[in-house]
Amino acid sequence: MAMKLNPNRNVPEAADLTSKEAVLEELGREESYLHMVTRRFLKHKMAFFGLIVFAIFVLVALLAPVLAPYDPNKIFGDFDASPSSAHLLGTDQVGRDVLSRLIFGSQVSLTVGVGAVAIYVAIGIVLGLLAGYFGKWVDMIIMRITDVFMSFPYFMVILVLVSIVGPSLSNITTVIGLLGWPAIARLVRGSVLSIKEMDYVKAGVALGYSTPKIIFQHILPNALAPILVNATFGVASAIIMEASLSFLGMGVRPPAASWGNMLTEAESITVLSSQPWLWFPPGLMILLAVLSINFMGDGLRDAIESQQAK
Amino acid sequence: MEVKNLKKYYPIKKGIISKTVGYVKAVDDVSFSIYPGETVGLVGESGCGKSTTGRSLVRLEDPTSGQVIFEGKDLASISKKEMRELRTDLQIIFQDPYSSLNPRKRIGDLLAEPLLAHKLASKAEAAEKVNHILETVGLSKHYKNRYPHEFSGGQRQRIGIARALMLHPKLIICDEPVSALDVSIQAQVLNLLKDLQKEFNLTYIFIAHGLGAVKYISDRITVMYLGKIMEMAKTKEIFEHPMHPYTEILLNAYPVPNPHMRDREQIVVEGDVPSPAHPPKGCVFHTRCPFAKDICREKVPELNGTDHLIACHFPLSQ
Amino acid sequence: MAQYIIRRILIAIPVILGVTILNFFIINLAPGNPVDMYVNPSATPQQIAMEKHALGLDQPIIIQYFHWLGQLIQGNLGFSYSTREPVTSLITSHIGPTMLLMGISLIIGYLIAIPLGIISARKQNSWVDYLTTGFSFFGVSVPHFFLGLGVIYLFATKVLLFPTGGMNTLGGSGSFSDLFVHLILPVAVLSTGIAGNMIRYVRSSMLDVLGKDYLRTAKAKGLRQFIITNKHALRNALIPIITVIGIDIPMLIGGAIVTEQVFQWPGLGLLTIQSISSRDYSTLMGINLIAAIAVLLANLLTDIFYAVADPRIRYE
Repeated sequence: MAMKLNPNRNVPEAADLTSKEAVLEELGREESYLHMVTRRFLKHKMAFFGLIVFAIFVLVALLAPVLAPYDPNKIFGDFDASPSSAHLLGTDQVGRDVLSRLIFGSQVSLTVGVGAVAIYVAIGIVLGLLAGYFGKWVDMIIMRITDVFMSFPYFMVILVLVSIVGPSLSNITTVIGLLGWPAIARLVRGSVLSIKEMDYVKAGVALGYSTPKIIFQHILPNALAPILVNATFGVASAIIMEASLSFLGMGVRPPAASWGNMLTEAESITVLSSQPWLWFPPGLMILLAVLSINFMGDGLRDAIESQQAK
Repeated sequence: MEVKNLKKYYPIKKGIISKTVGYVKAVDDVSFSIYPGETVGLVGESGCGKSTTGRSLVRLEDPTSGQVIFEGKDLASISKKEMRELRTDLQIIFQDPYSSLNPRKRIGDLLAEPLLAHKLASKAEAAEKVNHILETVGLSKHYKNRYPHEFSGGQRQRIGIARALMLHPKLIICDEPVSALDVSIQAQVLNLLKDLQKEFNLTYIFIAHGLGAVKYISDRITVMYLGKIMEMAKTKEIFEHPMHPYTEILLNAYPVPNPHMRDREQIVVEGDVPSPAHPPKGCVFHTRCPFAKDICREKVPELNGTDHLIACHFPLSQ
Repeated sequence: MAQYIIRRILIAIPVILGVTILNFFIINLAPGNPVDMYVNPSATPQQIAMEKHALGLDQPIIIQYFHWLGQLIQGNLGFSYSTREPVTSLITSHIGPTMLLMGISLIIGYLIAIPLGIISARKQNSWVDYLTTGFSFFGVSVPHFFLGLGVIYLFATKVLLFPTGGMNTLGGSGSFSDLFVHLILPVAVLSTGIAGNMIRYVRSSMLDVLGKDYLRTAKAKGLRQFIITNKHALRNALIPIITVIGIDIPMLIGGAIVTEQVFQWPGLGLLTIQSISSRDYSTLMGINLIAAIAVLLANLLTDIFYAVADPRIRYE
């Protein structure tokens, strides 16, 4: 095909970018959206701190068998022993090493946190996409179901369901996962409603793309940012949830070690007042893990929002 | 393409059980035809239904009633599957270059996608075609690894045009493609569209809210007001012998470059466009027309004429 | 306005029905025969059979649901599996302490959160802001039971300021001051969580409003900062927060269950834990249903308040 057109047509156009941000962006042209968000996230001090603490937490969970000085279920002769060189955090009422149990407990928190959130994010995305994209009666039914699930006091239903199916690591992960989706579904639906009016989605329809292609390749990637923020905070609250269930005896049950069930013993006033090494370290670990994740979520939100505010 | 009695009504819902209490008549009984290779300009103020008409032609909106005959098929009534196949022939270019490109896709993927989705090319062939089309619309082929946010409005509009061309369509709806651009860039994009028309033998429906842009590119012009066609004629006819008072008013709004011509008599429009939910009875333009008589308030004027069509009880004398 | 309220209530009706269906479904999941819930346990087997028949409890599951619903509307939640008491009376005897604890915690939590959130937004990036944000993160992240045990350890075993739990001193006079002393620690725990969460909303909502044009205009007009903050910004910043209250209630109930357990506070939360250990599903589902209806009502009320405060909502 003959090129009749002037190849020099790409004359530089008057830049319609005026803000400082835009000038910076001009300089870093090859930067993708992901890079921008990552850069902003890492500049956020608290988020960076959170990331480091969380990374350590993940490493401890993965390397627990190597790091722990003893088998977490091994029973030593002296129970209720105060911290010593042999048992840095002492032993519990049955005579197990508290430090080793603490290290293995991180696996439980991480499994429930990530596992449950992965389940409910998947459910929430599918329902939210369906409701938002198809609208009408599909939307109507899904949103009413969402309202029903949102009206139930979350923790209480989980407590009841876990007591019916029996407390175990996999059961609490599944139950939290099956009940946590409404917030994600609402969030996704809202994003889809606004994204679906964008011209690039209309262009996809005009270009004859299939509906699944439009939903999963054009709408979903643009709705991911708020889901990611919500899921991060979700991991934190799933960890608290597991700890609370285990504390109440409805989660991970001894002899398996969970930070939550390690605190159960402190319900006795003698343990609480005279053996703080039994309950303070696991409590502190929960607080640190949850704090670090919340810091990350906050940084992520700031990074994404400042990106969108432009 | 032939459009027959096209209507698009949006229901107005009110009350506790969302009862439909009325309709917004965005497009109300519009008929016209487009011949291969020509450009038809569709002009009117915002809210006159020109964009809705354009979007109905490519089934981005489902028409309430009417027919859109294209290559012997009625686009308004065929199944979605049949429509999907026909979409390779019909494309649309959008007004806002900022929302018309998916921000998460690189330019190269964005342009190759139509070919791959319709299985019209292999990945390698598609990449080759992307390089070619980028040059055709006046962009460097090295841009294909970049994301949309790295481009200016004019460049993005070129990418939007390139995307519409990927499937080698016969007809392209240009929905105000230059309104969102800087004046200096508008001319460049219009030139590009004109060149492409020659090169690929395209038919355009060119939507704009002013007569300025359409004068340059259109063979014929259709003037719309409140969902109805007011006047339709060759571009030259419209500019030299406007017969509808509304067209005259639009022409007056278009600045005249020659200062000596400025003292010609001007018709000034009064008031605002009435709500399309409650269009006036009779001729929809009578509330703002300086020549309105009793009959205009009662009887709807029909669109009459052979080459120069007009819907008015009292056309302006030549 | 009236139309908006009616419409909002009409939307709530299918949701309430959904809540009862889900509740009924969970009861059927539970071990034990749900039909037994409605039969007076002190009756003879013959009487039971007759009563079951009279109540339609030998019918298919869908019919059973409607019978159950009919009983529910009459305020009959059945009988407790373990204590044999009617569930309704169990709930009424435990609901008072929970309402007292949650109500006071909510009020105190908001009384802390609103001024702190405003100050921290007004003095963004100052040490006050950092401290407030730090407190807010702590409040959101600390598990109620850990904070509860912590305050008991500090203020009830190391320094003997407060009792370790309960609502009244055993054998005590039951006076108001005795109740007050028992309330302080659990309220401190619950309101820390509430305030931590609320500060975030107040702060970001206030920051949002402070950046708006009409506030810059107010400043340009030369209005005093105090008036700008309290008259122009506050109202607009606090309106969106109304909806947060409704959303927070389910979370608050979770916190209350754990807190009541730690402090042995004799409310619905403690009843829940006791019912779980005795596998008393009829009582559990009764509490669940009451809590769900409370959440729905709270959401309905906050939506209506929101519409009153912000006229734009009504036209959505």
